[in-house]
Amino acid sequence: MAASASDNEARPGKSGGNMPNMAVFDEARAQEIIAEHIGLEGPLLPILHAFNEEFGYVDDAAVPLIAQALNITRAEVHGVLTFYHDFRRVPAGRHMLKICRAEACQSRGSEDVARRCLSELGVDWHQTTRDGELTVEPVYCLGLCASGPAALLDDEPLGQLDPKKLAGAVEEVCGS
Amino acid sequence: MTRIFIPKDVAALAIGADKVAKKIAEIAAARRLDVTVVRTGSRGMFFLEPLVEVETAAGRIGYGPVAPADVPALFDADFLNGGAHSLRIGRPEDHPYLARQTRLTFARCGITDPLSLVDYAELGGWRGLKRAIEMGPPAIVNEVTQSGLRGRGGAGFPTGIKWKTVADTQADRKYVVCNADEGDSGTFADRMVMEGDPFMLIEGMTIAAIAVGATKGFVYCRSEYPHAIRTFNEALRLARCGGWLGPDVAGSKHSFDIELRVGAGAYVCGEETALLDSLEGKRGIVRAKPPLPAHKGLFQRPTVVNNVLSFAAVPFILAEGGKAYADFGMGRSRGTMPIQIAGNVRYGGLFETAFGLTLGEIVNDIGGGTLSGRPVRAVQCGGPLGAYFPPSLFDTPFDYEAFTARDGLIGHGGVVVFDDTVDMAQMARFAMEFCAIESCGKCTPCRIGAVRGKEVIERIMLGTNVDANITLLEDLCQTMKFGSLCALGGFVPYPVMSALRHYPEDFRPRAAAVAAE
Repeated sequence: MAASASDNEARPGKSGGNMPNMAVFDEARAQEIIAEHIGLEGPLLPILHAFNEEFGYVDDAAVPLIAQALNITRAEVHGVLTFYHDFRRVPAGRHMLKICRAEACQSRGSEDVARRCLSELGVDWHQTTRDGELTVEPVYCLGLCASGPAALLDDEPLGQLDPKKLAGAVEEVCGS
Repeated sequence: MTRIFIPKDVAALAIGADKVAKKIAEIAAARRLDVTVVRTGSRGMFFLEPLVEVETAAGRIGYGPVAPADVPALFDADFLNGGAHSLRIGRPEDHPYLARQTRLTFARCGITDPLSLVDYAELGGWRGLKRAIEMGPPAIVNEVTQSGLRGRGGAGFPTGIKWKTVADTQADRKYVVCNADEGDSGTFADRMVMEGDPFMLIEGMTIAAIAVGATKGFVYCRSEYPHAIRTFNEALRLARCGGWLGPDVAGSKHSFDIELRVGAGAYVCGEETALLDSLEGKRGIVRAKPPLPAHKGLFQRPTVVNNVLSFAAVPFILAEGGKAYADFGMGRSRGTMPIQIAGNVRYGGLFETAFGLTLGEIVNDIGGGTLSGRPVRAVQCGGPLGAYFPPSLFDTPFDYEAFTARDGLIGHGGVVVFDDTVDMAQMARFAMEFCAIESCGKCTPCRIGAVRGKEVIERIMLGTNVDANITLLEDLCQTMKFGSLCALGGFVPYPVMSALRHYPEDFRPRAAAVAAE
């Protein structure tokens, strides 16, 4: 698998695997999501999270819709969207691997585990494998600080990792 | 019927607790044994996870760490009746790791089903809230003040004073906000509360709401904790159904409800004013103080913002009295602190104890030294913005003031152990890099200082003008420490300067260091 920057990996519409949350951006559905959350106090983050979950990212086309509904400027929505690490502006791979890079995991050899994993996948941090299977993100602490090196593969926590164990877990989810 | 207890804490799941539970259920079914598996929080002894406990005539007997492959042998050894096996640890509460602790906040964690209202009430739950409702707001605030409880998130501000400020401020609406944005590496106590004893947090927040006259609460939990989010949301639903939240809390005239909000991966949102902005739907940018959140907090209303552990300490304080809590501890650090022993350590886990143990006792006696078996070289206390302590400072007592006197902080109680393979220049560089990634960008010392700091350390690591660059780095740290708006830029000099001070050899040119050996 060769590296490809995630920015070039915009492949809306591709769905499958265990990630049901990949869908084509759909304005009607977008309006529904906004309507579901608009009654909350401070609804912007919950709305952006809901977009992230539904579509796998927050499409640029959603920004004016949200701005209109919340009576704020598009710049304000853009500002929030780009401030937080979690909100994606392009779709991710079908699976998401978050490897902890914080100090407690580092003390147990996480940097070596991460380097080996990235090298085997042929990607760098924030990138998606060319087949669109897996996006790898750094994460700064999963609260598994006495059980590291740790990672989160989709929703599955992984602890006491070594390069082989992580490769096995990735293969199990993504296929070889 | 035999009850078997297996944690579903994410730290147990990460090393196979679900597979163990499945295997136990399969074999029990095949052998036609009448067992029920109860999923609990974690006891916090992560070196024994997955820890399987069996209810026997002699009490609960633990076995751990159990791998799925061990399960048939456990059945063969009659573990359902506490049979002998090499993984048998006896009664968990007699295990030295637990026996040495004083568990006030974590009294139930790992013992009960976290989502059982029956278990919670049976093991002392809601007693604090019931007493709070009887005694009324001013007396609640007095009780918390008398307990000496200080903010467990890191700043150590007296909780009673904060509550009194909010109680005394008039407003049409007040809020209680729980900071569950536990971003510090080496900490997991908030997560364990939310996964292992969520009703305790709900009870603590509700007591706070009654004390200050708030009607709405928010828990701001980081998105990196999906399991805690699921468990806590379910706990909220159950608490509402049970009448513990809603228009008449526990049958009283008080109205209070809690909503869980999920962060979005920004470390700086652990800073309380950035957290409030984030809750409001803005970028998580630090606010200048004053006004204090107690006067103008969420949506400009008076707001109590406390850490999970601060709220979690409150039910005990109300149930047993402020004095009972204050009887633990030393100096101005009263009560207990859930210390989180993490990193390259043999016996990692949660260790709740009264303030006052020395760092050496925590790392060597309790933690058992490094997991790798190599000598301990550095211990970082208080998260990524905390100082590195060398073994020569292991006599420092775990206490807010004692750590401050040694240019460190206990923060949220995380203790991360490193062995002698650690490169402290690399750790200093990482501290700056992390600050650069996570800076909210509002103030210049943090936004630009962190980037420049990383560059300067990289030049030092390459051996370029080392003395001049070390002077520059020290100067930059002074600027960041005193010129930053919040603790992110203001505290990142702690790890950097402590690394420089205690491990100067790591900042000398590598070629020279190799030649000198």
